[in-house]
Amino acid sequence: MTAIITARGLVKRYGERIVVRGVDIEIPARCCFGVLGPNGAGKTTTLRMLLGQSPMDDGALDVFGLPIRTHGRDIRARTGVVPQTDNLDPDFTVVENLRIYARYFGIGGKTLAERIPALLEFAGLTDRADAGINTLSGGMKRRLIIARALVNDPELVVLDEPTTGLDPQARHMIWGRLRALRAAGKTLLLTTHYMEEAERLCDELVVMDDGRILERGTPAALIRRHVEPEVLELQGEADKARATLAPLPNGRFEAVADTYYYYTHDARAAIKQLEGQAAISFLHRPANLEDVFLKLTGRDLRD
Amino acid sequence: MTELSHLLPRLRHAAFAVWRRNALVFRKFLTPSLFINFGEPFIYLLGLGYGLGMFIGNMMNMPYLTFLASGILASAAMNTASFEAMYSVYTRMVPQRTYDAILATPLEIEDVLAGEWLWSATKSLISAAGILAVAGVLGAVDGWRALWTLPVIFLIGLSFAGIGLIMSALARGYDFFNYYMTLVLTPMFILSGVFYPVTSLPLPLQTIVQVLPLTHAVELVRPLMAGLPLSNVALHVAVLTAYALSGFAIAVLLTRRRLLV
Repeated sequence: MTAIITARGLVKRYGERIVVRGVDIEIPARCCFGVLGPNGAGKTTTLRMLLGQSPMDDGALDVFGLPIRTHGRDIRARTGVVPQTDNLDPDFTVVENLRIYARYFGIGGKTLAERIPALLEFAGLTDRADAGINTLSGGMKRRLIIARALVNDPELVVLDEPTTGLDPQARHMIWGRLRALRAAGKTLLLTTHYMEEAERLCDELVVMDDGRILERGTPAALIRRHVEPEVLELQGEADKARATLAPLPNGRFEAVADTYYYYTHDARAAIKQLEGQAAISFLHRPANLEDVFLKLTGRDLRD
Repeated sequence: MTELSHLLPRLRHAAFAVWRRNALVFRKFLTPSLFINFGEPFIYLLGLGYGLGMFIGNMMNMPYLTFLASGILASAAMNTASFEAMYSVYTRMVPQRTYDAILATPLEIEDVLAGEWLWSATKSLISAAGILAVAGVLGAVDGWRALWTLPVIFLIGLSFAGIGLIMSALARGYDFFNYYMTLVLTPMFILSGVFYPVTSLPLPLQTIVQVLPLTHAVELVRPLMAGLPLSNVALHVAVLTAYALSGFAIAVLLTRRRLLV
């Protein structure tokens, strides 16, 4: 498989502060690639460098086999971008937003006339075509931004936290749209701090923190590599729970706020021990990407 | 790494996409836009032109109404382009994030600014055309030669739009524009020969106003409207062009520094 994006040793500094410290990424064509990380990990800055919107201080970066330093325009012509913050044009309606945006790519006439109904359909906004931007809900705006990112029929779609701030219904709808794009053969690159989103959508991902890539792999491989397969979330008398489970082999405790997490290869044995202990309530679940994320990036609060 | 060629306005198709966007918004909000652009100059023209004109009679071999109308025409071009390049551009750049969206397309900052620059001058042209028509009806225009003011107006628009774009690139909020308006635009409006000939200013001031773009704008517009012979055309055009091109180039540099981080 050919790589759509090849980044080697990307570095970004703001004065003394280094926000991206030597990032290497290779993104294969037709996959959904995730960049995970807490706030301030350097995700957005990395995306901006990939689009030539933020000059890199060091490193080499090719998109579609073209160096970003000299081919920014050509690269952006073949890329769709869904930014983190809504930047729809408030002076225009839904359909005008698509039309005006297409003009920036030099797309008009018959091509555009054919494309617009399909994009409205894709965004589920056909009957809101003439609505003003300010009358749309958050979910509708997001869908319109995704549709707008597709006006140039891009090979690569870059999404910066596409579902942040949306309700579950809206989020599921967006996920469905993104899977449809992937099925249509587009390469997706998305940043998120929702582990569920990454687990559902991404074929492959990297975990970033403090401007570095900590890990890479498929969601399943990362879970296998870093955490035990099963988890008990314990609440109640923590010390008692700890004492009860401590004798069991291959178990590991982690504490986040008022919850204890017990990671194990053998949950059945642990559950047996806990049964009948009224002071302890627990939830048994398979390990997920969030467990990996917290293990890799630490459990401290980020701002 | 900025090559010199990037600082000259590159009028690619892309710049016209931005121009077109603004033109579409303008068409949508036509009534309030026109009202704002005409209202003030119209009041100056009627109020001062007739009111003061009554006492003054002729000034520099022309009726005061014609004298004033030509000054108002040039200063309306200044104001329209300045406002567009400051308030409207800043709104699109900062709170509305329109440029963020545009810069994710093949357009570069110089395309966006070239579009804004041309659009600001276009707006000058639109308001000036209206004022010219009103002045014609009021009998302040000497014949069709006055239509030659229109290309001049476009150039005046480009000069002030260039400076306005610099202000937008530097602004941290709308308040910033008040400094430029109070310290630069208003004194220029008063001193550059809009209301009275600059030759009536004290000598040191006369020298100073010679470097101001509005002075040269008025010197070009006035004889064209009054049907009098033009003088020093090359100088006036050169000064306005220099402001236009250097303003644009500096604005590109500053906006790059602001947005490409």
